[in-house]
Amino acid sequence: MSTGRRDADGAAQPGARTIAVTAAALRRGETSSLALTEECLRRIAQWDRSINSFITVLGEQALAQAAAADRELANGHDRGPLHGIPFSLKDIFDVRGTATTAASRIRSDHVAAEDAPIVARLRQAGVVLIGKTNLHEFALGTTNEESAFGPVHHPLDETRSPGGSSGGSAASVLAGMAYASIGTDTGGSVRIPAAACGLVGLKPSFGEISTNGAVPLSTTLDHVGPLCRSVDDACMVFRVLTGASAFARATAGQESPVHKEWRDLRGKRFGVLAEYFTAVLDSQIAQRFDQVCTLLTRAGAAVDEVRLPHAADIPPVYLHIVLAEAAAYHAASLDSRADAYTEGVRMRLEMGRYLLAEDYVRALRGRDVLTEEVNAALRSRDALLLPTLAIAAPKLGVPTVRIGSSDEPVRNVMLRLTQLFNITGHPAITLPCGTTPDGLPIGLQLVGAAGHTTDLLAIARAIEDQVGPGKSG
Amino acid sequence: MTVKLWLEHAVQDAERRGLAQLKPLLEALARSTAALRMADWNDDATGGTTAGRKPA
Repeated sequence: MSTGRRDADGAAQPGARTIAVTAAALRRGETSSLALTEECLRRIAQWDRSINSFITVLGEQALAQAAAADRELANGHDRGPLHGIPFSLKDIFDVRGTATTAASRIRSDHVAAEDAPIVARLRQAGVVLIGKTNLHEFALGTTNEESAFGPVHHPLDETRSPGGSSGGSAASVLAGMAYASIGTDTGGSVRIPAAACGLVGLKPSFGEISTNGAVPLSTTLDHVGPLCRSVDDACMVFRVLTGASAFARATAGQESPVHKEWRDLRGKRFGVLAEYFTAVLDSQIAQRFDQVCTLLTRAGAAVDEVRLPHAADIPPVYLHIVLAEAAAYHAASLDSRADAYTEGVRMRLEMGRYLLAEDYVRALRGRDVLTEEVNAALRSRDALLLPTLAIAAPKLGVPTVRIGSSDEPVRNVMLRLTQLFNITGHPAITLPCGTTPDGLPIGLQLVGAAGHTTDLLAIARAIEDQVGPGKSG
Repeated sequence: MTVKLWLEHAVQDAERRGLAQLKPLLEALARSTAALRMADWNDDATGGTTAGRKPA
């Protein structure tokens, strides 16, 4: 593996370069937004030719925003914990005056007239937008291999994918080119790359963060969420993206936005999703997940198994919703400019055009059934636990992966543990919980009650203390 | 329309459009659709459900 990049540059130490730590340093005058931004741009210049995480680098604009952020802080105008922090943004969100490519030649002539609402909120919070990141074309894939701008390479091993579809976002944060990024998650596209890159990735409850101004994939499955270095950082970004700016301002410079009393795991009840969710799982991932459950039990939590009666129906329900909705959005472009799509994405979109309305309706009925089953599993528990990804970051260009004695399609395996919560809309978060013997990150996924994303973040913060970076268990 | 008939029509149409490479994807989709139609939450006009029914 080509490891050492992050170690050599000092970004690999657990907890290094979090927003929380950096925001405090900014307010102590130990650094400046301009210095942080220049350092991110230096890393982009040094490393991104090989990683390929950015489609557009907003260098001059970012430096101007950083200088303005420094002036405001010097004058006592503190916009909150994200003030002056460099962020990257998946190139699926509109930023006024820049192209929103969605990593497709279809949108080569597009220039956004307005900022997406989440971009406006980030600007209001004082964020420095460092650039727009590469993705799987139109977010329809899990590896970032199909992009008009070429594949994104994993910063820890350039022969591997960082996951997707928000792969450029994850790679940019892992490689220290940004302190956080905003992605979209339709079947796992925030959580999958976050897990593959050892980051925290949050998919909030459906509808909590506006998807306006983002190129849609599937309007009833699409979510927006942050990719960060810690749960505290995810919490701060979530608050800003939902408009809870007063809270965000009040916590600027604090050690953590999550109250200490919420972080005690004693008496917490967790359900481990069984059967379907453990049937296709790499043995190294399974081993670490078992260790994590033991650690949580030792910390005073009650952990039991839970079964969802219709879990086996998750893939067909997901497929019939996502393909039908995506095909509707892309139909006109498929007719007029089919050759402008990458081949694999085009074929999957064309597949959606053959779905029957009656089968889409059956899938919607299945969504109701699955939603009620997840609600029931959470009625007597604080959260559900499962791995985020059934495999570590996959090799680029390899369509199948061996699990046990069978070869499984990479795409299906990568979506297997995340797509349910896009169907049901429950909030879900991934946090790093260890590495494989090869040093590839492993992600732990927590799922909370619908509409209670803040409670889920508090639980995640408590679990991060037990199993996060540096806790080998 | 049965899944079998749907697949035949879909493959014919894809080939007519010069998209023969869609065939394996449509076959996979047909398997997925068959599973979806067999799910026990589906009811029908007779008042019955699909539980235990053989795929069409």
